[in-house]
Amino acid sequence: MLETFLFFLFAIVAVVGALGMLIARNPVSSALWMIMTLFSIACLYITLNAEFIGVIQVLVYAGAIMVLFLFVIMLLNLESMPSLGDLDWRKVVAFALGIAVLAQLLVVISLKLDVMPEPVAIAEAADATSATNIGIALLTEHSFSLEIIGVLLLAATVGAVMLAKKRFV
Amino acid sequence: MATLQAIWEFIDLPLVIFGMLNGFLITASLLVYAERKVSAYIQERNGPDRVGPVGLLQPFADVFKLIFKEDIVPTKATGFIHSLAPTLMVIIAMSTGAVIPWARTPSGEALAVADVGVSLLVVLAMTSISVYGVTLAGWSSNSKYSLLGGLRSSAQMISYELAMGAAAISVVVMAQSLNLFHIVENQNHAEFGILSWNIFRNPIGFIVFAVCALAETNRAPFDLPEAEQELVGGYHTEYSGMKFGMFFLAEYVNLWVAGIFISTMFLGGYLLPWEGLYSGWFLENGLGGLFTFLQVLCFLAKVAFIAFCFIWIRWTIPRFKYNQLMNLGWKYLLPISIANIMLIALIVVVFNQFGWA
Amino acid sequence: MYDFLLPDMGATAPILLVALIGVVLVVVDSFSNDSASIPWLSGAVLVAAITIELARVGVTDSAFMGHVMSGGFASFVNVVILLGALGSVILSVPYLSRTGHNFGEVHALILIATAGMMVLANAGSLITLFVGLETMSICLYVLTGLVRDNERANESALKYFLLGAFSTGFFLYGIALLYGATGTMMLSDMPAALVETGRTGFFAGGVALLLIGFFFKVSAVPFHMWTPDVYQGAPTTLAGFMSTASKTAAFAALILVLGRILPLDDVGLDTRHVLAIVAAITMVVGNVLALAQRNIKRMLAYSSIAHAGYILTGLAAGALGYAGALYYLLAYTVMNIGAFGVMSVLEWDGKQGAEQTIDSLAGIGSRKPLLGVAMGVFMFALSGFPPLAGFFGKYFVFAAAVDAGLTWLALIGVLASVVSAYYYLRVLVAFWMKKPEDAHVSVQSAAFDVPLFSKVVLVACVAALIALGIVPGFITEAAGAFFVTPEATALLP
Repeated sequence: MLETFLFFLFAIVAVVGALGMLIARNPVSSALWMIMTLFSIACLYITLNAEFIGVIQVLVYAGAIMVLFLFVIMLLNLESMPSLGDLDWRKVVAFALGIAVLAQLLVVISLKLDVMPEPVAIAEAADATSATNIGIALLTEHSFSLEIIGVLLLAATVGAVMLAKKRFV
Repeated sequence: MATLQAIWEFIDLPLVIFGMLNGFLITASLLVYAERKVSAYIQERNGPDRVGPVGLLQPFADVFKLIFKEDIVPTKATGFIHSLAPTLMVIIAMSTGAVIPWARTPSGEALAVADVGVSLLVVLAMTSISVYGVTLAGWSSNSKYSLLGGLRSSAQMISYELAMGAAAISVVVMAQSLNLFHIVENQNHAEFGILSWNIFRNPIGFIVFAVCALAETNRAPFDLPEAEQELVGGYHTEYSGMKFGMFFLAEYVNLWVAGIFISTMFLGGYLLPWEGLYSGWFLENGLGGLFTFLQVLCFLAKVAFIAFCFIWIRWTIPRFKYNQLMNLGWKYLLPISIANIMLIALIVVVFNQFGWA
Repeated sequence: MYDFLLPDMGATAPILLVALIGVVLVVVDSFSNDSASIPWLSGAVLVAAITIELARVGVTDSAFMGHVMSGGFASFVNVVILLGALGSVILSVPYLSRTGHNFGEVHALILIATAGMMVLANAGSLITLFVGLETMSICLYVLTGLVRDNERANESALKYFLLGAFSTGFFLYGIALLYGATGTMMLSDMPAALVETGRTGFFAGGVALLLIGFFFKVSAVPFHMWTPDVYQGAPTTLAGFMSTASKTAAFAALILVLGRILPLDDVGLDTRHVLAIVAAITMVVGNVLALAQRNIKRMLAYSSIAHAGYILTGLAAGALGYAGALYYLLAYTVMNIGAFGVMSVLEWDGKQGAEQTIDSLAGIGSRKPLLGVAMGVFMFALSGFPPLAGFFGKYFVFAAAVDAGLTWLALIGVLASVVSAYYYLRVLVAFWMKKPEDAHVSVQSAAFDVPLFSKVVLVACVAALIALGIVPGFITEAAGAFFVTPEATALLP
C-alpha cells in the first residue's frame, strides 16, 4: 500500500518536473526542474529496493552533473527564452486526453502480447543491486569493459581539453 | 497502558527527529558562541560576556535580532529561488544526521534514526547537493558579488568532493562496507584499543579527508566563496534578516556535521578508548544503557574537539588564493588520495593473504 | 575467482597494449611537450600489435567470460584495423606537422580510438560492443574538430558529434530492448534465450534500433548525411582513418551481431531483406551523388558510402558473403588509406591547397609522377578494375549475393560500379590529361616535396593492392575458414 502510494507520488513528481523543465522559460529554472525529476527518479529506485543505485543517482546526477549544468548556465548568463504565449487550453486538454488514451491502449496491447517483463522478487532485486554484487560483477565479469571505460573517460577528458585550450588552435 | 504503548509507537520516531533537529539548532548556537569566544582568546580579547552568564545567551540574542529584522529582497532577484536557497542549505545540513550511528545499543545494533545499508553514500550525496544552496543563492540575488561567490563555491565543492570521496573509499576498502555503523565497528579491536581507529591505520586518508571536509564547509582558509575583501559577503551578500540567519545556521550545522563525519570515519565514532577492556563489565552488570549513553557522550566530545580544531584553524591560517585552492585540490589531494586507495587496498590484500586481519 | 584474469589479458593483449600506450602517450606528452618520440612509439605499438594478431589468426578463443573474442575472426579484423591505423599515423605526421597540429594528444587519441575499434570488432556481448563503439566515436569526434581555426572543421565536428550522439541513443535503446527480450547481454546466448522467453516483438524492435545505429556508423543510406561534411572538414589523413578503420570495426561488429543473434528462422525474423534493400539504396545513392562532386575529398566520402553498400551486399548474402566482406574490408582499407594519403600530400599548404578540386589538380600527375601513378592505382582499384584487389572484393560479395538468390542486388551493384568508373577515372583524366594552364589555381606554384614516409606508405599500399589482386586466395581462404570449420562456427558466426 505504502509502496504503491510512494510510487505514484514520485512518478507524478518526476513527470511534473520533466514538464516543468520543458515549460520553464528561464534556463536556471529548467535545470532546477530537471533536478527535481532526477531526485524523484532516485526515490523511485529506492522504493524498488535499489538503494545503492538510488543514492548513486543523487550523487552523480544531482550532485555532480547538474551542478556543472547550473555552473555553465550561470557563466553564460543565458537570456530567458521567449515566453510560450497564450496557451490554448482546449489543445492542452485534448493532448492530455490523447496521451491517456494512447497509454491505455499500449497497456492493453502489451498485456495481450505478454511483453511486459515479469516482476522480480524483492529480495532478489535488492540482492542484485547491492553495492557488493555490483562491485564484484564490475571487477570480475566486466573488468575488461571497466578498463576500457577508464581509457574512454581519459580520452574524453583529453579531447575536451584539446577542443577548449588555446595551445591547440 | 496498551493505548499509551500504541501512541508511543506512533510518535517515537517523530519525537526522535524533533529532538535531533533541536539538538542541531542548539549545537549551532553553541558553536557560534564557541567561535566568538575562541577567536577572542586567540586575539587576546574577552569576546561576548554580557548576555547571560559568561555571555552564553549571546547567540540567542543574535537570533532574535535576526528574526525581527526586515527581510529585504533585491528588486531584480528571482523571488522563489531567493527563498529556496537558504532553506535548502538548512534542510540538507540537518538531514545528514539521520543516518549517523550515535552509539551501539546494548543489543549490538546501531543507535540511529535510519540505519540504511549505504549510509556513507547518503552522507556524501547530501554534502554534494548542498552546493545547490550556495550556487542558487549566488545566482538568484542578481548581484555580481553573489554570483562570483556562488560560482567559486560550486567549483570548490566539486573539486574537493572528488578527493573526499576517494579518501572515503580508502576507509570503505578497510571496512568492506558502505554502512557507517560497520565502518565504526570495524575500528573496534579489543587488543589494539585506539590504535585501531582509522586515523592511525590510515593517516594519509585522514589528512586528505579532514582538509576536504574543511573545504566543503566553506570556512577559512577555504572561504573564498564569501571572501569579504573581494566579494563583500559572497553568495549571501544580498540576504538579510532570518534568511541570512539560515545561511549562518547552515554554516555551523555543516561544521558540526563535518566533525561528526570525520570522527565516524576516522576517530572511531562513538567508540570509547580501549572500550574492549571494560565494555563486558557494563553489559554483565546490566548497565548496557549507561554504556550506550557514555558512547554518545564520547562521540559528542570527539565531534566537539574537531569543531574546536576547525575554529582554531579558521583564526590562525590565512585564506588561500583561488589558484592555490585549485592546485591543492586537483594536483595534490586527488592524486594523493588515489594513491592512498591503492596503498590501503594492497595492505588489505596482504593482510587477508596472511590471515592477519 | 580471479585466476582467469591473467590468461585473459594475454588473449586480449593487442587491445590492452594499444590502449595502454595511448594512456602512456598522454603522460609522455604532458612531461615533454610534442616530443618527437611519440609518433615512433605509437607506430611501434601498432606494429607490435599487428605481429601478435598475425600470430593468433589461427586460434579461436574468447576471453573475460566470453565478453571479448580473441584470435581467428577477431584477429583478422584487428589486423585490418591496425593496418589502417598504422598507415594513418605514418601519413599524419608530415601532414599534421605541416598544418601545425602534430600534437602528442592526437596520437594518443588515434591509439585509443584504435583500441575502441578493436573492442567493438571483438565484442562478445552487447556491453563490450557499446563500450567499444563509444570509445571509438568520442575519439573520432575530437579528431574531426582538430583544426579549430577552420570553420568547416568545427562545423563537421559538431555535426558528427550531434548525429553520432543521436545514433548512439538508438544503439543504446536497441541494446536495452534486446536485453529486455532475452535477459542476457551475451550475443551467443541470445537466440536460445529468445526462444525461451518468446518475446519476439521486443526483440525485433531492439534489432531494428541496433541496425539503425550500425547503419549510421557505416554511413549507409539513409543515415549517410554526415559523411561528406565530416570527411571534407576533418584533417585528410584522419578522414582516411575514419573511413577505413572505423568502418571495418563497425562492419565486423555487424557481422558478429548478424551471425550470432539473427539466424532466427525459427522465430520468423529475417533481416536479410532489410540489409539487401539498404545495400541497394546505398550503392545507388552513393554512386550517383559522387558523380556530381568536384571536391575530391567529398567525392571520396560519397565513394565510401557506395563502398559501404557493396559490403552490405555481402552481409545481405548471409554466411556466404561474410568472408567476401572481410576481404573487401581489407582491400578497401588499403585503397582508401592510399587515396586519402595522396590527397593529404597534395594539400601542400594551409590556404590555396586546403581544398583540392578536380580543376585545381589538373596536370599534377606529370609534375609528381609518384603521386599520379599511385592515385591511378587507387582509383582503378576503387572502381574495381581487375587484377587489383578492388575487383576481387566486388567479385566475392556479388558472387555471394548471386549464390544467396539475390541476383537483383548483384545486378544493381554491378551497374552502380559501372557508374562509379566515371567519377574515379575523371580524377585520372584531371591528373594526367589536363594541362596545368586550365587550372584556376595553378599547381605549378606548388613547390613541395613528397615526404619520405608518405612515399613508403603509398608504395606499400600500391604493392598490397596488386599483391592482393594477384593472389586473393590466401586471404579469402583464411577469412572463409572463420565461417566454415565446425569449432569456429560454434564460437563465431
